[in-house]
Amino acid sequence: MEILQIVGIGIIATILAVVLRQQKPEYALQVSIVTGLLIFLFVITKLNYVVQVLSSLAERVDIDFLYFSTILKVIGIAYISEFGAQISRDAGENAIASKIEFGGKILIMVLAIPILTALLDLIIKIIP
Amino acid sequence: MNVDLIFKIAGIGIVVGILHNVLAKIGKEEYAHIATLVGVVIVLTMVINLISKLFDSVKTIFQLY
Repeated sequence: MEILQIVGIGIIATILAVVLRQQKPEYALQVSIVTGLLIFLFVITKLNYVVQVLSSLAERVDIDFLYFSTILKVIGIAYISEFGAQISRDAGENAIASKIEFGGKILIMVLAIPILTALLDLIIKIIP
Repeated sequence: MNVDLIFKIAGIGIVVGILHNVLAKIGKEEYAHIATLVGVVIVLTMVINLISKLFDSVKTIFQLY
């Protein structure tokens, strides 16, 4: 049961972080970073399987590969920026956290522009 | 899944906290701060590897190049 491992690691790391926060808050932050990383690296193999299944499905129904890879990229950017923002917010740096989220949103918007132009082309084609 | 990194970081944190207190008590404030700084740097070098691993795996899975 992987979920028991994940929950156990989370509880142990939380206790360690609470103990450390009294004396040295910077180590509590590092413990929380490492815990997040470990849990993510633990489940990423399963995520890999899901992505492979999704890409094979997209191939089967003949979706343009551009759209599928754009969606994947958006999910990846969203995850990474959320991770960084949460770490900064944990350390009490709300300003940096919101800047990280802002950067992630801008990059996602840049990625979505080709889809937007494709949609506009389609609309122009439909309208005589 | 190597959980020992969490315990390693927590152990370094506790030891450095105690060291800081002892050094501050005997009147060596500057050494106490240097010890804290060195501890943070050591832990950061351990964490940086893991962060780069995370970034690599996210890049390969979500095809971010």
